[in-house]
Amino acid sequence: MTHDSGSKSFNVKAMLRDERFWKIAFQVITLVVVFLLLSFFLGNLNRNLIQMGRAFGFSFLRNPAGFSIGESLIQYRPNDPYWRALMVGLGNTLTLVAAGIALTTLLGTVAGVASFSKNWLVHKISRVYVGLVRNIPLLLQLFFWYFAIFGALPNPANQIGLLGLAFLNNRGVYVPWASSAVLAVLGIAATIGAAIAAFYLWQWRTKIRIETGVGGQKQSIALAVLGLVWLAIIVFGMNWTVPEGVEGGGVTGGLRLSREYVAALTALVFYTSAFVAEIVRAGIQSVSKGQWEAARSLGLHAGIVMRLVVFPQALRVIIPPMNSEYMNLTKNTSLAFAIAFPEMYSVATTTYNQTGRPVEVFVVLMATYLILCLLITLVMNQFNRAVQFKER
Amino acid sequence: MRKWGLLAAALGLTMAACGGGTTTTADGESGGTATAGSRLDVVKDRGQLICGVDGGIPGFSFVDESGTYSGLDVDVCKAVAAAVLGDAEAVEYRRLDSTERFTALSGGEVDMLSRNTTWTVSRDTSVGLEFAPTTFFDGQGMLVRADSGIETLEDFAGQAICVETGTTTELNLTDQMRQLGVDFEPVVFQDADAAYAAYDEGRCEGMTSDKSQLVARRSTLPNPDEHVLLEVTMSKEPLGPVTVNNDSAWFDVVKWTTYGLIQAEEFGITSENVATFEGTENPDIARFLGAEGTLGTDMGLPNDFMVQVISQVGNYGEIYERNVGADSEFALERGQNALWTEGGLMYSPPFR
Repeated sequence: MTHDSGSKSFNVKAMLRDERFWKIAFQVITLVVVFLLLSFFLGNLNRNLIQMGRAFGFSFLRNPAGFSIGESLIQYRPNDPYWRALMVGLGNTLTLVAAGIALTTLLGTVAGVASFSKNWLVHKISRVYVGLVRNIPLLLQLFFWYFAIFGALPNPANQIGLLGLAFLNNRGVYVPWASSAVLAVLGIAATIGAAIAAFYLWQWRTKIRIETGVGGQKQSIALAVLGLVWLAIIVFGMNWTVPEGVEGGGVTGGLRLSREYVAALTALVFYTSAFVAEIVRAGIQSVSKGQWEAARSLGLHAGIVMRLVVFPQALRVIIPPMNSEYMNLTKNTSLAFAIAFPEMYSVATTTYNQTGRPVEVFVVLMATYLILCLLITLVMNQFNRAVQFKER
Repeated sequence: MRKWGLLAAALGLTMAACGGGTTTTADGESGGTATAGSRLDVVKDRGQLICGVDGGIPGFSFVDESGTYSGLDVDVCKAVAAAVLGDAEAVEYRRLDSTERFTALSGGEVDMLSRNTTWTVSRDTSVGLEFAPTTFFDGQGMLVRADSGIETLEDFAGQAICVETGTTTELNLTDQMRQLGVDFEPVVFQDADAAYAAYDEGRCEGMTSDKSQLVARRSTLPNPDEHVLLEVTMSKEPLGPVTVNNDSAWFDVVKWTTYGLIQAEEFGITSENVATFEGTENPDIARFLGAEGTLGTDMGLPNDFMVQVISQVGNYGEIYERNVGADSEFALERGQNALWTEGGLMYSPPFR
């Protein structure tokens, strides 16, 4: 053992001069610091919980909640357990997120493209909208929509009817809707299915026309049939109920969107769309001017240039930041709690207050938003891959 | 391989450090975490009491234009500060909403709550709080517009009721309506101001809370005369100061200072006449005011703590009349809040 202590001695000085040593050492030090900090805070938490006589655990979620919730996708009674109340909150959050993402994409894209409009008014509206909405805190906008806009609607006795199809009052918005939840879900599924089928039919038609220079009639007919079938399902298959005004105020039938939901959705959509508009504008500007000029010199008119040449290239720049806007929207839904919309955060707040278990409830809450955002990222990454350059 | 060896060594080191780390405790000031010291010592060292209040309920805790706090709840904070520190003004008020209050208390951000908090079993046990004696016996009521035509809770079928989240009223409302089989729409706000604003502009037919709060809040609505309280009492709401579990030294101070206010009224000692009791022959009063015995020092307070409390803040009767009773704009009857000798519920165990 002694014979190689001399020749292959562990040279400390040499090691300290070695860049490779420091690269590893810094990582180790960082890890140790993070672990120490974490263990300090978790240990502190644990000590204090024990001192207050409360062990960390989630069994309280099975106790009856005892509070009522204003609106709910799933059946909920006050004597249901806390976890079910939280599911109701999650459901409400998801309706806000789903509608919010769809409408934000639409409004944001329109506003972004509009900023390139040669029409002075359209251009200005787009710029003023973005400038105004982006620079006011979202919470203020939520209160503005809730109290100043939807709060200013008349009471149910003097409600506003829209062509006898929809009603507005200071309780909410009443719109026609399928007569049962099952039909509504089927209708939404049919719409999504038809949209996907139409997308692939359109691609197929384009491919055939590119390859052969003519044709595609069969696919055009298929598209038309698909559209008609979808229209028939939606118009006749849904068994629509139309809201009807009741003598003396109030509405029966149809779908009631509570004022809290409508105000939250409007504020979130307007706010997030302003950011999306800027992303879309940046994306379009990133496409070099030569592309525009080349397309125009082929005799394509402005609409076609945007749709077929510029926008597909802009998408590559647009998609990644859109991901973070969708995530912002998802996380910002928690602010709807300030205007009494019973979403996840609102229900969780009530829960931790009634049970005195903020740590556990916040763990659940953080995990929920984390999972939601990761799911969005997952989908957006797939989409991103689809629009990137295909190198052949 | 060497890299992984290093990593494993580091992990091992960390684990060892964690094991050792858990024995060190943070001091009380940073978060009420002291195992040895009581909150009482923390308050004394700081020279100031941090008291959690609502701050938005006239008569109980309200901030005026000059930034001064007043009200029944505020006076309880002042009494505790006078008892511990000898100065009723040595209080820092923290405005807390109904969802923040318990977390702020158990997190050590405030020393005590005096914030219209209802004493219930679950809060006393599973939420981990200690409730000092009730300073206001209340009941849950319902505020409606006078012209709404609503007279009973059954009239709320299909109607909306505004309520503050994280309160007992939220739960009582649900219980009552479930019992009556009335299907109503709860509109739950975190912020009391937002809740009353939404009620005022017609989002809800009714606003529910403790009756005293509704009366007080009604006075801040644009047209107070247009709103009436229904003739129903939905629950018992005993409201009082709160401290955190497992700190009996501090809890005792808050508890007996509160009792002292009631006992002082029973003895007939007021802020005006407390000086005349100085050489009293009555042994009960002499003990109470610290001239005899060691009741104060046994609690870790100056022996004459009740003299400080009464001379600076007054007895319970004075506090009541000044803030919510005959001398205030609310003119609430004493009712259940009268002394036990006068048919009320205010009763202090003996100071002995």
